Amino acid sequence: MVLRRLNTGSPVTQLRHEMDWLVQDFFGRGSRPVAPTTAGFPALNVWEDGDSLFAEAELPGVKSEDLDISVMAGDLTIQGRRSTMAGEGVAFHRQERGAGQFNRVIRLPFEVDAPRVEASLRDGVLLVKLPKAESAKPKKIAIRAAE
Amino acid sequence: MTTETKEPQVQQTQSAEQPTKSGLAYRPNVDILETENELTLVMDVPGVERESLDIDFAEGMLTVQARVAQRYAANQRFLLREYGIGGYYRSFQVGEQIDVNGISAEYADGVLRIHLPKAEAAKPGKIAVNVAS
Repeated sequence: MVLRRLNTGSPVTQLRHEMDWLVQDFFGRGSRPVAPTTAGFPALNVWEDGDSLFAEAELPGVKSEDLDISVMAGDLTIQGRRSTMAGEGVAFHRQERGAGQFNRVIRLPFEVDAPRVEASLRDGVLLVKLPKAESAKPKKIAIRAAE
Repeated sequence: MTTETKEPQVQQTQSAEQPTKSGLAYRPNVDILETENELTLVMDVPGVERESLDIDFAEGMLTVQARVAQRYAANQRFLLREYGIGGYYRSFQVGEQIDVNGISAEYADGVLRIHLPKAEAAKPGKIAVNVAS
């Protein structure tokens, strides 16, 4: 089973922390327009067990109040923002951490029980638990013994 | 060191994944900021618990290591796997304009901040006057 990615950005193939923050360039380099969405950020690990689907993302420095997670029409959307440290009297010698807005949408492989979706944020790791709808749970088929 | 003015005080010493005692580690993304009074290193180390952070300064070398607890079962199968989980390692050469004894660090939400206060001599506007005795 493969989750379809709605964002058609660069393929994320490396199992590395490739932070593709293609976001607002608050340094003003170039004349890139502010991108309303980010392709492929945050990177996601997705797995399931019999009852639920789990989606996990690394979002260091993102506050829960700056994060918006929603399930609608079979899509999981994770959007939010990370603020910059730039300010008056601050000079950057190195800037590898991205800042700005991100938006990632994945199509869910089955129906979920939307009101029971839970999310937690701990040490910069977001975990979204999406309980399967009854219709999506594996059914145990009892085999009647032949009489 | 032969850098120009851009990065006088902190020089990254490693550029790739480094083997550590416990195997390969990820190289965390870092911002290095300078204000009037200090240099600040801001490092993304998601998944790290505070107790697992190891910050060390010796012989002008600032080294950050962190262990990350494995979050998945060994045989976990993924529908989508876009990143791996492992420890972090990165080190920096710190110039002598830093007040080494004043180095401090704080950690929250997967982000480590290390404060490197400038030595008095490196602050702007400070002019040392030698008094002939």
